[in-house]
Amino acid sequence: MSVTQLGMPSLGVPRKGFFTDTSLCIGCKACEVACKEWNSVPADTNLEITGESFDNTSALGANTWRHVAFIEKQVPAQDPSAHDGVKWLMSSDVCKHCTNAACLDVCPTGALFRTEHGTVVVQQDVCNGCGYCVSACPYGVIDQRKGDGRAFKCTMCYDRLEAGEEPACAKACPTKSIQYGELDELRERADARLAELKERGEEGAQLYGRDPDNGVGGDGAFFLLLDEPETYGLPPDPVVTTRDLPAMWKRAGGAAAGLLAGAALVFWGAKK
Amino acid sequence: MSPRRERREEFTSYYGRPILKEPTWEALDIAGYIFAGGLAGASSILAAGAQHSGRPGLERTAKLTALTAISASVVALVHDLGRPERFVNMLRVAKPTSPMSVGSWILSAYGPLAGASAAANVLGIFPRAGKAAGIGAGITGSAIATYTAVLIGDTAVPTWHDAHGRLPFVFASSAAASAGGVAAALAPLDEGAPARRMAVVGAAVETALSVAMERSGHLSAETFLRGKAGRLLRLSKAFTVGGAVGLALGGRSSRVVSTLGGLAVAAGSALLRFGVFEAGRASTLDPKYVVVPQRERLAAGRPASAEAGKERAAVDAGAGKATGTTTAGHAAEANTTHAGEAQPA
Repeated sequence: MSVTQLGMPSLGVPRKGFFTDTSLCIGCKACEVACKEWNSVPADTNLEITGESFDNTSALGANTWRHVAFIEKQVPAQDPSAHDGVKWLMSSDVCKHCTNAACLDVCPTGALFRTEHGTVVVQQDVCNGCGYCVSACPYGVIDQRKGDGRAFKCTMCYDRLEAGEEPACAKACPTKSIQYGELDELRERADARLAELKERGEEGAQLYGRDPDNGVGGDGAFFLLLDEPETYGLPPDPVVTTRDLPAMWKRAGGAAAGLLAGAALVFWGAKK
Repeated sequence: MSPRRERREEFTSYYGRPILKEPTWEALDIAGYIFAGGLAGASSILAAGAQHSGRPGLERTAKLTALTAISASVVALVHDLGRPERFVNMLRVAKPTSPMSVGSWILSAYGPLAGASAAANVLGIFPRAGKAAGIGAGITGSAIATYTAVLIGDTAVPTWHDAHGRLPFVFASSAAASAGGVAAALAPLDEGAPARRMAVVGAAVETALSVAMERSGHLSAETFLRGKAGRLLRLSKAFTVGGAVGLALGGRSSRVVSTLGGLAVAAGSALLRFGVFEAGRASTLDPKYVVVPQRERLAAGRPASAEAGKERAAVDAGAGKATGTTTAGHAAEANTTHAGEAQPA
């Protein structure tokens, strides 16, 4: 573990997480609604119709902590006389609660912290709205709330977890597309489910964020997707920016030393 | 846009929507802060040189420039917060993982030193302490002028992160150019030789390095050449080169040329920061800057996980050595231990 990353401390208890199996998602948006209700997340002011299938929230943000994506994928007809078909892809996206969380690393106030469940949460009484986490997140999850100024994102229902309850979205999901539990156990479950889908001939099925060796050290919320990640608006191979921070400090040190040395040279030969 | 750099990307996205969030920062606040911080830091270095080479006019000009610029930059920083009244929360922790936290502490060291040396100079009190503060401001000033490259490089913003290796040197040279330029414009002509040289050399290095950064070969680097960022950066080069040529040719003999040339170099430096800022913003708005390079990495068999495995192997192989490297990186914050690493900036 590098000094420039906070990573995952030893929790003493199993790390909690989400496994979102998008092959089970029916696009009902109960997760979005339950999340808004439980966490008192305000509505975005404009009721907009985006024209993007049934998706009118478009992306995760300060006021959308679960976002259901709708993709209408053209399936070319086998028989030239028949019409092309449409394949539905639906997926409920959420904060990934990364092992190496860039938002957590770069937060200058300590407002973002790692909870005892292994999740990443913003302390709203500390956040001063600097916006650094917003630009650091490789998934584009956390954002600044307009009119409030502070940064907001999914807390994995920190308060419910404290009371031994599961998060509101998982509780509300009618198909168990959203599963909450101990991360190790969820990973086993996901592996079994992937094998089952592969056997059934789901060529595109893949786990996203499950690998503890990925660019963020494994995601606390990971997914089973039926297509490539970018189809769902997810980065295909994200990397936590703070991985390169030691190199950056070294370069900055070199530049600062060069600046001092250059200035000394400027005076060395200057005529009085 | 050179034809070499033109790539035809085919990629999938979710209705063309951005993957990343646009920076919440205002250009005037943050690009302005990076410029003013660089101007202040390099002015303090110039002032330290002036105070030890018997150039009282240049010394006073540079010290007052540094104090003015750093005051303006702190105002810009606080103004940019979503909750400005909580600015002091920046100082409730010291986090080496956060360049903004490190920067806040550097600023807390630099600001009072720059203020004290300027106050002592203007009021004519505590001359020895004032000079000591001037040295301190010069050294911490080198950190103020360069840490901002780490600040924006340590993000998921494609253009900024991809440029993280070059950006500190671009910012350092640009800071030198601006400080030299402002001092050449305001200091007495007969004491201004070091300022003019700093401006000219800084401008030359700044131009060469920013051209190299724009031609780095990263897909995101095309944002430096397009749209608003492209216009700002072209204008920046025109001011920087024009001002530097003027200073080099007529700066020594003409008050007017020294003033106009110096201000033009400083304006070029400011435009550079705004251009870099806008290029980064543009790179968050188009998902191709996220998807295409990551796809190319995967297609080339170099997924992020491979890097992670390598890193861990390196740490396992020599835990002490790896820690040493990181610590050296942190020492850079103080910028006193890195003379050995000086690069031809």
